[in-house]
Amino acid sequence: MKSLADRPVNPVVGIPVSHESAAGHVTGTALYTDDLIVRSSNVLHAWPVQAPHAHARILDLRTEPALKVPGVVRVLTASDVPGVNDAGIKHDEPLFPSEVMFYGHAVCWVLGESLEAARLGAEAVEVDYEPLPSIVTLEEAIEAESFQGNRPTVARGEPDKALEKARHRFSGEFQFSGQEHFYLETHASFAYLDEGGQVFVQCSTQHPSETQEIVAHVLNLANHDVTVQCLRMGGGFGGKEMQPHGWAAIAALGATLTGRPVRLRLNRTQDITMSGKRHPFHARWEAGFDDDGRLLALKATLTSDGGWSLDLSEPVLARALCHIDNAYYIPNIEVHGRIAKTNKTSQTAFRGFGGPQGMLVIEDLLGRCAPLLGLDPSELRRRNFYEPGQSTPYGQPVRHAERLQAIWRSLEDRSDIARRREEIASFNASHPHTKRALGMTPVKFGISFNLTAFNQAGALVHVYKDGSVLINHGGTEMGQGLHTKMRQVAATALGVPLSSVRLAPTRTDKVPNTSATAASSGADLNGGAIKNACEQISSRLAEVAARKLNIHPDDVRFDAGKVTGIGFHDASLTFAELARDAYFQRVSLWAAGYYRTEGLHWDSTRMQGEPFKYFSYGAAVSEVEVDRFTGAYRQLRTDIVHDVGDSLSPMIDVGQIEGGFVQGAGWLTLEDLRWDASDGPNRGRITTQSASTYKLPSFSEMPEEFNVHLFERATESGVVYGSKAVGEPPLMLAFSVREALRQAVAAFGPGDVAVELASPATPEAVFWAIERVSAPSSSAASSEDLVPSASGSVR
Amino acid sequence: MDGIKVTVNGKVRDCSGTNPSTRLLDWLRNEGLTGSKEGCAEGECGACAILVARPDGPDRSRWTSVNACLPPALAFDGQEIITAEGLGNVSDACTPEDLHPVQREMADRGGSQCGYCTPGFICSMAAEYYRPERSPAQEDRETGTAVVGEEHATDHECGPNGFDLHALSGNLCRCTGYRPIRDAAYALDVPAESDPLLDRQNRPAPAPGHTRVSGEAEFIRPQSLDEVHAALQENPDVKLVAGATDLGVEVNLRHSRPPLVLAIDRLEELRGLAFGADSIEIGAALTLSEVERALDGRVPLLGHLFPQFASRLIRNAATFGGNLSTGSPIGDSAPVFLALDARVVLSSADGEREVPLSEYYTGYRQSVRKPHEMLRAIRIPLPLAESTAFYKIAKRRFDDISSVSVAIALQLSAGVVRSVRIGLGGVAATPIRALATEEALVGQPWTSDTVAAAAAVMAGEGTPIDDMRASSLYRSAMLRQALLKFHAENAEELEVAR
Repeated sequence: MKSLADRPVNPVVGIPVSHESAAGHVTGTALYTDDLIVRSSNVLHAWPVQAPHAHARILDLRTEPALKVPGVVRVLTASDVPGVNDAGIKHDEPLFPSEVMFYGHAVCWVLGESLEAARLGAEAVEVDYEPLPSIVTLEEAIEAESFQGNRPTVARGEPDKALEKARHRFSGEFQFSGQEHFYLETHASFAYLDEGGQVFVQCSTQHPSETQEIVAHVLNLANHDVTVQCLRMGGGFGGKEMQPHGWAAIAALGATLTGRPVRLRLNRTQDITMSGKRHPFHARWEAGFDDDGRLLALKATLTSDGGWSLDLSEPVLARALCHIDNAYYIPNIEVHGRIAKTNKTSQTAFRGFGGPQGMLVIEDLLGRCAPLLGLDPSELRRRNFYEPGQSTPYGQPVRHAERLQAIWRSLEDRSDIARRREEIASFNASHPHTKRALGMTPVKFGISFNLTAFNQAGALVHVYKDGSVLINHGGTEMGQGLHTKMRQVAATALGVPLSSVRLAPTRTDKVPNTSATAASSGADLNGGAIKNACEQISSRLAEVAARKLNIHPDDVRFDAGKVTGIGFHDASLTFAELARDAYFQRVSLWAAGYYRTEGLHWDSTRMQGEPFKYFSYGAAVSEVEVDRFTGAYRQLRTDIVHDVGDSLSPMIDVGQIEGGFVQGAGWLTLEDLRWDASDGPNRGRITTQSASTYKLPSFSEMPEEFNVHLFERATESGVVYGSKAVGEPPLMLAFSVREALRQAVAAFGPGDVAVELASPATPEAVFWAIERVSAPSSSAASSEDLVPSASGSVR
Repeated sequence: MDGIKVTVNGKVRDCSGTNPSTRLLDWLRNEGLTGSKEGCAEGECGACAILVARPDGPDRSRWTSVNACLPPALAFDGQEIITAEGLGNVSDACTPEDLHPVQREMADRGGSQCGYCTPGFICSMAAEYYRPERSPAQEDRETGTAVVGEEHATDHECGPNGFDLHALSGNLCRCTGYRPIRDAAYALDVPAESDPLLDRQNRPAPAPGHTRVSGEAEFIRPQSLDEVHAALQENPDVKLVAGATDLGVEVNLRHSRPPLVLAIDRLEELRGLAFGADSIEIGAALTLSEVERALDGRVPLLGHLFPQFASRLIRNAATFGGNLSTGSPIGDSAPVFLALDARVVLSSADGEREVPLSEYYTGYRQSVRKPHEMLRAIRIPLPLAESTAFYKIAKRRFDDISSVSVAIALQLSAGVVRSVRIGLGGVAATPIRALATEEALVGQPWTSDTVAAAAAVMAGEGTPIDDMRASSLYRSAMLRQALLKFHAENAEELEVAR
């Protein structure tokens, strides 16, 4: 039996190839869910009635006026639901609510012959609301003790005692923003009854199986009555893991009630005002260090802003607690977590899934404390790295911890850091109004779903008589290149050229009971399943070939569409010939593959176990330049060394690293979600509900010089072809930008004070941080009134 | 009836029966051309970008990238459009050989991940690929090093092939982090001489159609300025539209459905650019890109403005006439024109009158323009002040909306401020002049002390508010800082000059 990590000679994995749909992307011919409607006829369009209150009881809802609007066909309300009126699996998010829980909550949906008719119909629907008191901010929720779900604790050692003994003790508070996914393709579903009478839903979803389950329970159907297909997504980033289900159910409900295809596509405003986002967090912490800057103890309480329902808030919080250590060994620790219930969108998965939030707390803490400990921040970080043999606070040994130091050294060399530190020092000495700085931060990120059951996958592989291969698997394509990698895995496992392998869109009637394509695990899980299916087929084919070549089946080799035996280079047959022979010998040419990650266990009550198959490591160093006058800054250069194991597809992996990094930098520096927290009539409304008010990174925010290097000789045993996951970990490399900004701010001041920096560190936030460090201490009292504080302080 | 015809990817399509509020994007998608996507519906993301053949002088045309999500489809009556589907020689089964050079570079270098923004990027990149002025850096034959022209030398935002990265400033990608897209852009060669799209630029752009559509809503393309004046006289509620970059947002996001739209973007009377002895006159319907090319740096303050004004996609459609008429306090051209002491020419059936821009605005999006008048041109008096700057305070350097904008035009004489004009955006209900600050500076020596005193005055100009873009405290601080920054930069320049 071959090990999962072993590669054959001439593997197709490891070769840099373009995205499998690249030609379709660049020619505009790759289809997305909403592109399908012009290929159908008789389509109805759905438009929501969104409540203008953060919290309110619905006293009455009158749909008759809408039905008088020309082109309106039907208004969907709670009374239309034949099954369970809920959009989730926890039954705390009614699909048609009787109580409005956030500003913009959809209370009913109008179906029209055109989008315009549906919109005008929605305007005509009359709703009587009784406004109720609302909780909008995290502070209000903490004050009111408005919490929901589990309140887990991760603990080890004796943090209280260790803090008492620590030579250096600091405490602080830090509140930071969430993030809007802003996938370029907004949520979209398209539902109809197919020729077999089943409900067919085309949906932009990361989790087709769960979309299927929820559509079925809303419609009171069995799962086998509903098929969900996802062609591809125009971005997901976690935002389509849990959120699409309700909208798919609305479309499916409309289709079953009218017998016509129903299209539901949120426009950007609807998407931002109705869909969940990355959780904002509040953190309160106390930390102790020894004289060398080694962390002795950490006590913290993390409060996430879950919004109006639980959604994925519990696992997000669990991951935050399991990542507050990031790359650092903390012998004594006690971290509590809780989830605020607020009248906001229900916050959800977003690339990193709580990991970024947990890690931001420790990185902010180290960045603030370094000057107080008299240490360079990157040296403080390095001193606290995990060493081989140590375990995480939740009891998982940190395998390959030595890679942290190795990656750090490699990064220092590649980025020429010693020379650049000198250059920066001399630049800063001669530029009173402009300062440059470097920030260098590590990443350690656990791979696997914390919930053990999700760590399984299936695949379906067909070899046709002509030797062509069609693969299906349970993962979805959102741009991350999963399908590209899966073709490479199949081509490698079957020994055929990449061009022989075609991939069919993800559908629940091909591979059932799949997990979400999430937690960076798409390639690990589905790759394992595809490889398993391919090996079933190739072992059968090996017997056919062995008979033909008169050799032992173990000696048959498949390589680039040729089938040979060891030492039999002249006698060979093509893969296509072999497939045909196998067919005539009545040997099955298809297989269902299956994979489950071994060795995982997790006790979510005690928050102990080994929830992760392995850790991904990486480090980044970023250089920024900050303008004293405005707080505006440029990202001059970023260097990254990242561990993806032995890459399945290097161009795809580099793309994930760069894209994750820039998205993380967006979260930390630019993207500024705002809710109206006033007592005015728009309380609870998102004020940044468009691309003109919510800014994502553009070309001007990419590092001007950007070097990414994949850590070498990094085979990960026990994972498909020795690779590692890549989707999420690089996002957190962006801490280097934030820490560089903090350092640059410090360069305007005396240097030995803790620099507080709000998150996101917008130009405005950076400006105020500079004002705080450069204000002469004598006038500090008077300037306090003028200079807003960051969202926390160090005492 | 002759119907409404639009040529898309070389094929004439019938656009008759299209509603005036139907945007080009929706019409294209309904025609089955679903490559162009809606990402934001307000001209911010560029997923809908397409190419249109626009005039480049009387004899030539230019492939111009614009957002399809903003303008009405009817505005393209008689025009020629290329979408991502039609750029290469692409049939249904796409092979790598079919790809256009822009498409090939993007595909080969990992320029697409989810692919949703990609068709728009392709079109923006193709426009820059065909830009007649784009020229590769010359290589020094002796040393083998690249000798770069001024535009190459300025920054990292221009490739060795002359590709201006600002061409892509109106396209957002959420997946790639942009590096491979930049690499693809910078790897592009010059177009082959046989390239049919290159050849198309050698012929005039299609003439504007004589579009008249009536029904519940009307869309008319008048043939003369008189016709516009008459329409305004008759019906002051008529919407005049050039690039529709503002109206498109109203239609898409606020569901405005104007009953009568007049498309004035191709009226020659509004498209002049004249250099007189004592003023420069800019026609109201020239796009910002056209003005930028025609001025070619002759008004340095406008030169500072252009790269910071929205994005290339917007500048290819938007006009100064529109930006000043809309009168948003955060529109970026008004502060600049205030600093330039510009005057606007208002025209109507009664004739013309000239109003200083500083006296034009009367309230939030309100002005002295009478309902039957239109803004025909902007006049910039000459000579220009010697030292100018434009500071746009925003979260993002490319394609953002100002929290605060500050335009300064300063004339020193022997180290003393002879005249200074400062235009401000984002700190009041209208764009304003920083009159108290100007007063504090005029006649004073241009020193740190006087500037610091004036900066303190400047911080008190206007009545800035708190909103999602910035706090009022920051806005006020930025007024002060802008003047300090201007002084610091000018002091540095003096040092260099010595």
